[in-house]
Amino acid sequence: MTKPPVLTLDGVAQAVTLSERVHWIGALDPSLRTFDIILKTANGTSYNAYIVRGSEGVAIIDTVKENFAGDFFARLESVARYDEIKVIVLNHLEPDHTGALPELMRRAPQAQLYISQKAQSMLKALLKQDEFDFKPVFTGDRVSLGDRTLEFFHTPYLHWPDTQCTYLIEEKTLFSGDVFGCHFCDARLFNDEVGDFRFSFEYYYAHIMRPFKEYVNRALVLLEPLLPLNKILPAHGPLLRDQPQRYVQRYRELSTAALQSEISAGEKTLLIFYISSYGNTRRMAEAIYEGAMSIEQVRVSLYDLEGSEIAPFVDLIESADGILFGTPTINGDAVKPVWDLLSSLAVINLKSKLGGVFGSYGWTGEGVKMVEDRLRGLKLRVPIPGIRIKLIPTEEEIQICREFGRDMARDLMGLRQPKTIDMADLA
Amino acid sequence: MAKASITFEDINITVSAPAGTRVIEISEKVGSGITYGCREGDCGTCIMKVTEGWNNLTEPSVLEDKVLRENMAGKHNRLACQAQVLGGTVKVRPV
Repeated sequence: MTKPPVLTLDGVAQAVTLSERVHWIGALDPSLRTFDIILKTANGTSYNAYIVRGSEGVAIIDTVKENFAGDFFARLESVARYDEIKVIVLNHLEPDHTGALPELMRRAPQAQLYISQKAQSMLKALLKQDEFDFKPVFTGDRVSLGDRTLEFFHTPYLHWPDTQCTYLIEEKTLFSGDVFGCHFCDARLFNDEVGDFRFSFEYYYAHIMRPFKEYVNRALVLLEPLLPLNKILPAHGPLLRDQPQRYVQRYRELSTAALQSEISAGEKTLLIFYISSYGNTRRMAEAIYEGAMSIEQVRVSLYDLEGSEIAPFVDLIESADGILFGTPTINGDAVKPVWDLLSSLAVINLKSKLGGVFGSYGWTGEGVKMVEDRLRGLKLRVPIPGIRIKLIPTEEEIQICREFGRDMARDLMGLRQPKTIDMADLA
Repeated sequence: MAKASITFEDINITVSAPAGTRVIEISEKVGSGITYGCREGDCGTCIMKVTEGWNNLTEPSVLEDKVLRENMAGKHNRLACQAQVLGGTVKVRPV
């Protein structure tokens, strides 16, 4: 059994050797219990930062959260002088990685700062300084440290627009930022020595990367050609030196549908969710279902929100092309089960899916409009105004519901006839 | 009032709108797939492709140009929350 790394010596934080030229200079935060409001962190997290020494200078890759700057600087000072720092790379500008940056730049004013092209406006907003010298880089750009070379890979939306990975070519080591990371705090640092962190890895992916699956797949196209890698060094959690390719493969699996969908390529899926207190909104849902079913190549499904937990519905919605919601209006609002589902969709990508709303009401009926606004806020397109029916739908109104379903399905299939409208006629 | 005709190609709908109307206002009402974030020209979410009638939209401001550059937008791209229709015919679609 190997000895755990020495993180402090006589009470002073020490760098941890990862190779002759690469050291970990991050910090551990074991007492953190919630990260960024949305993530639970049962044993805390780590802010990983690294130092790379080349024959012609030193590079710092990422920093730490501001209140952990003391550990970061002590670890840095244990292996390098500030005047040796030639390069500072920020893979991601979130404050947990840039907290120590202003002080680092004050101590190493000669260093050149490298950030992704999309990080430029964020850097200014974070540092609140107008004049700031930095160099924006893109995929394929390189910076030389003499006998060591860093290459950049732009991996946007993993999980901010600015995110990038930095590759140390000569050592086949990827500094991956938040990609392949997780909130897990263990002083043994390395993936082959820490406790079982698989849950944390999957949990982190599910909450941080899942909304950007499409971008994960694009990033993997860039990163997989680097395999086999010697190490993946993420910005949080264990340092992946044992079989790092397994974590790349796991990202690929998590970003790919588990079961092959039975929906064929030419088909579209339309989900109708409803909840109903007296059966009126249910009758509307059934008529909409009937109308939508009349359009070929549309797979329509009808679900009562009372019949399931939220998580399976979130999975269904992630794969669907269109989503309709039926909600009664009670006390001037859409009902809680509808809002509960709508507030659980931030973990998936909804951009440009088709959306629509319908519902029965007693005397006001605001719920439909409220949910429509929410759907637009979630970046769905809402091409057809929602339908509201006062109390029990008549046969005529049921027919309107059938037409609504049919029109939604036609829209989904791109079958709506070209139409010219005057702006004044739009609601 | 002068009018412009703007077609949202993804949903095949053409709207006749008063000159000076921002594309976002029209697009949202007809349910085009152009999606929105900040609505004030900062986030780049509403980048759209202008397939016809580029000159029938207001010129991009310096700030819009900057956001388009930072988002590595293509040559015929504009922000739907900034571009206003001026007249004539315009055709757009989501990127």
